[in-house]
Amino acid sequence: MMPALQGLALLLLAQSAGELLVRALRLPLPGPVLGLGLVLAALAWAPTRRLVAGPVEAVAELLLAHLSLLFVPLGVGVIAHLGLLGEHAGALAVVLLLSTVAGLAVTALVLQALWRDDATAEIAEPTP
Amino acid sequence: MTNFVELWLYLSATPLFGLTATLVVYVLAQAAYTRLGQPPWANPVLWSVLVLALLLLATGTPYPTYFSGAQFIHFLLGPAVVALAWPLWQRRAELRARPVALGAAALAGAGASVAVALGLGWALDLPLPLLASLAPKGTTAPVAMGVAEALGGVPALAAVFAVLTGLVGAVAGKYLFDALKLKRPEVRGFALGTSAHGIGAARAWQVHPAAGAYAALGLSLQVLIAALLMPLVLPLLLSRLPA
Repeated sequence: MMPALQGLALLLLAQSAGELLVRALRLPLPGPVLGLGLVLAALAWAPTRRLVAGPVEAVAELLLAHLSLLFVPLGVGVIAHLGLLGEHAGALAVVLLLSTVAGLAVTALVLQALWRDDATAEIAEPTP
Repeated sequence: MTNFVELWLYLSATPLFGLTATLVVYVLAQAAYTRLGQPPWANPVLWSVLVLALLLLATGTPYPTYFSGAQFIHFLLGPAVVALAWPLWQRRAELRARPVALGAAALAGAGASVAVALGLGWALDLPLPLLASLAPKGTTAPVAMGVAEALGGVPALAAVFAVLTGLVGAVAGKYLFDALKLKRPEVRGFALGTSAHGIGAARAWQVHPAAGAYAALGLSLQVLIAALLMPLVLPLLLSRLPA
């Protein structure tokens, strides 16, 4: 439990730093995304990696394993907008369905077309 | 009977209600999903949202009352976005092995999703605030809210559209990929992570480890693309839409 708590403290620190930087520098991106970048930088830099890797792994596995639960409160928010949603229900259903299917299909087809099987092996074992 | 009503009025007005109801309903939905062999239509988020929404409507509980408790779960979405640094870091070998394929697929998918949403929404006469809330729907809810707000959309609607998109992707993905004869779990997982964000990725995780790994990679990559590019590109697109 301890590493997960340390990891949560690190994530919150990174998110807070992200929110502060976004506001101070008027950056056009959400604070947590900048926080993601900060944690990534801490993982990539060897001196900080030893400190943060364990805790970040522990908390990330816990949070991401239950990621879908975190969307439930927002999803229930549907009931606060039933009027507006009902007024455009047909159009919204068509747009949501087709745009999501388009995104899924295009991503999968492009990746399938560009996929090279041996690519991972080459990187995993660099030639001496 | 009066006692019961009084007790209900007390309980339903405390944050304890929203938090307890969310967790209990989700745990039950998750158990049913596992019991049924994880078919896409039994998606635990879909059923949790439906059951909770009906419960609130049936009892006349306003959403803000529910949210005063549920916000403790909702709050973790921010740290969860930060936590995406971990799968991104862990999968750096795959990312380095095929940066062009993964980057091109994620960009093309995001572009297709935004283009269809805006084009179709505009053709179907949706008002501008709805279009601006729909545009970032393929990305994870907290990021979609931020992007929608910057575009003049409604953050709460953007969150609802993002969750609905995740659900459509998680439910329809299997049938779509089967129909397109796309078998590779990495490809299916990556598409779910990029186009149906956390809910699609959760589905991929449960089904196949390699699909889950690529879903996590797709999800974190897509969050970066959405957060960095959408605030720059979408205002141009929205302002060019003929009235």
